[in-house]
Amino acid sequence: MAILETQQLTYTYSIGSPFEKTAVDHVDLKIEEGEMVGVMGHTGSGKSTLIQHFNGLLRPTSGKVLLDGQDIWADKKRIRDVRFQVGLVFQYPEYQIFEETVFKDIAFGPRNMGLDEKEIKRRVLETAHDIGLKEELLKRSPFELSGGQKRRVAIAGVMAMEPKVLILDEPTAGLDPAGRDKILSHIKAYHERKKNTILIVSHSMEDIAGFADKILVMNKAKLFCYDDTEKVFGRAEEISAIGLDVPQITKVFLELKKQGLDFGKEVYTVPYARDLLLRHLQGKAGEGQC
Amino acid sequence: MLRDVTIGQYFPGNSLIHRLDPRFKIVITLIYILMLFTGSNVVCLAVGAVYTLIAVYLSRIPLKMFWKSVKPLLPFLLITAVLNILLVDSGDVYFKWKFLKITSGGINISVFMIIRIVLLIMGSSLLTYTTSPITLTDAIERLLSPLKLLKFPVHELAMMMSIALRFVPTLIEETDKIMSAQKARGAEIDTGSFMTRAKNMISILVPLFISSFRRADELATAMECRCYNGGEGRTRLRQLRAAPRDVIALVITLIFYAAAIAVSIVFKLLTQ
Amino acid sequence: MENIIEISGLHFSYPADDGKEAAEVLKGIDLTIKEGEFVAVLGHNGSGKSTLAKHINAILLPTAGKVVVGGIDTADEKRIFELRQCAGMVFQNPDNQIVSSVVEEDVAFALENLGVPYEEMRRRVDDALKAVNMYDYRQHSPSQLSGGQKQRIAIAGIIAMQPRCIILDEPTAMLDPQGRKEVMATIRKMNREQGITIVLITHYMDEAAQCDRIVVMDKGTVALDATPREVFSHVEKVMEIGLDVPQVTELAWELRKAGCDIPQDIITEQECVEAIQKLFAQNKAISR
Repeated sequence: MAILETQQLTYTYSIGSPFEKTAVDHVDLKIEEGEMVGVMGHTGSGKSTLIQHFNGLLRPTSGKVLLDGQDIWADKKRIRDVRFQVGLVFQYPEYQIFEETVFKDIAFGPRNMGLDEKEIKRRVLETAHDIGLKEELLKRSPFELSGGQKRRVAIAGVMAMEPKVLILDEPTAGLDPAGRDKILSHIKAYHERKKNTILIVSHSMEDIAGFADKILVMNKAKLFCYDDTEKVFGRAEEISAIGLDVPQITKVFLELKKQGLDFGKEVYTVPYARDLLLRHLQGKAGEGQC
Repeated sequence: MLRDVTIGQYFPGNSLIHRLDPRFKIVITLIYILMLFTGSNVVCLAVGAVYTLIAVYLSRIPLKMFWKSVKPLLPFLLITAVLNILLVDSGDVYFKWKFLKITSGGINISVFMIIRIVLLIMGSSLLTYTTSPITLTDAIERLLSPLKLLKFPVHELAMMMSIALRFVPTLIEETDKIMSAQKARGAEIDTGSFMTRAKNMISILVPLFISSFRRADELATAMECRCYNGGEGRTRLRQLRAAPRDVIALVITLIFYAAAIAVSIVFKLLTQ
Repeated sequence: MENIIEISGLHFSYPADDGKEAAEVLKGIDLTIKEGEFVAVLGHNGSGKSTLAKHINAILLPTAGKVVVGGIDTADEKRIFELRQCAGMVFQNPDNQIVSSVVEEDVAFALENLGVPYEEMRRRVDDALKAVNMYDYRQHSPSQLSGGQKQRIAIAGIIAMQPRCIILDEPTAMLDPQGRKEVMATIRKMNREQGITIVLITHYMDEAAQCDRIVVMDKGTVALDATPREVFSHVEKVMEIGLDVPQVTELAWELRKAGCDIPQDIITEQECVEAIQKLFAQNKAISR
């Protein structure tokens, strides 16, 4: 059974005013448990609005959101529970940090869940470890940390609620390459250990290509596609046409294909491209070198 | 949502009222307020009402918008009206229960007060609807500029005002975002006991303060980089030039003011 | 060409917090930039690249060493406004550098401060807005604009001062891909058409690849200073510093490691396509 499902989900902002705008338009979607999903789309494509429906921050104008097969709005009082089960990390989450210590800030979510101190402590320690924060940092004020560390504290704050589904809105925005790789690799490791469902919104196809099993593309309030990563990159030209950037390496292989060098595969990461090229070169050359 | 606040909202347009010099508009609004408070009877308010309706018509701003700015004050208006009706003791008595009395005087005062306040709100809304906040600040700065001679920091105040105006939408958006983020961590902002709500307010206020200070710091640097050095020797891109229509508008307002006073005197003489 | 920026022996430490020792952020930087150059400064967070930028228009002053911009020593307080007109600065967060609630008035802000007469101000503001392609938005409120548009307004506000040099401190870090493209196109245009010297601080390799020259900062010193092609050919060194190289450069490097005969200075997609085709053509020749 799908862990998250939307049925004809529609959301319209400022109904009845001159600014009325449909941000999500009849979206049908099924996300299976344990998947790592990359979410893409322009600013204003509706992706941010869409993800805010998954944890009940926004209520659909029409249509449904199902979590574990249950309509999350069936009982309004349950909505806070839904937020614990579907953790949402906003863009630039370090700006929501407010406690005096890193420990307390990570504990804010679990504490709101009404857990006991022992369980809170276990979770804080575990997530801090998962996201690569050293234990001695927990006693420090979060405001003394570097930008990348603060971001990880904020992410840990949501992870510590141990949500079934974790959604991250551009977790690497504004970071340098080292900070970006660190966060992505920690999230990946967390995913592999927990086997939970993760959705990552990103503008960088190159980042998404590196980890996502599936890719969801929003365009002009509609679901453009939701499919296996390889299949989505198979439509690289269409994706370029709606103005999204495909990885540089994909562009190279598209061009090669046009020039008559077709490898019959969609290429979207450098290691894959290397292996593919070497295999073809060696395959033809026979032994070892090229 | 927070985004829907309409206080001081400006409605861009090109009506006659929009085009008036903001300095004149401020002066005219002040005269208008005087006018509403000079007359002490319903008939004289009618003059004010006619004036208001003409101005509203000329501004091409839908009446609905004025209703929007009056609406939030309705409960306050109604409570004071009821208190006036029940407590004022003058004229014919219609109803009496213990110390509470409904009298013609009370009803008169209530109705009078409601009309006066509604007109007041409509008039000042007209000023803010037809003048962008920044133009308004600018006009205030210029109207107050004689005070510079008294070492009053007119420019600094105006600069503070205009920066505040500039950052209102930014901060509203930011507050919205932080609220959503904390809600996503299970913070109860609209529900829960007083203590949990207070605690949760902290989770919003602390980040908001921190980010505001960061913004202030960055903005100060950016202003320095653009050679900001206080009001001394500054020139302005926005030029204000009074046109004949501004003078005419002022004269018309003064005529209405005189009319209101006249009507008020005549009415007083007649009723005595 | 004349040197517009001359930095020699620049050291900088932030004043020590009580109890903590002052950490030296810049450790002896020598750098000259010629008028009309388009230079990218790369480096990971904390490498000192922003601190360096802030020295160019005297937001920070050297602890030791000297910074001369357009012939003006940044330590010369009397000429600070002259200096800041010569070298304008654009910051990362588009929201926190816009002062006014009306686009054209924001662009005029520096000119108002400098006391430029109305007629000239009007003309310079309009020209600056046209240069960044935002003239149609001159009456808008910045809050109605996208990040990329706001950043272009910030650039226009600097252009209006008619500077010889613009320093941009990660101007695209908070933008979406669309905004990044707009801003990069604007910067390139300023450089090409108006001959303005550009110092672009960034951590996007694709942006750096569009420049004439890349200065890589690491731990408060200049680690590499060369053309993009040369810099990216040092794949290992660049990665060691914690930066990326373009995917095509990385692929070429990986293939070289595997023993393929492929040039190491590939930085564009076109070059990569050609190199791979060549590889396969040779391959066919060998297998025959």
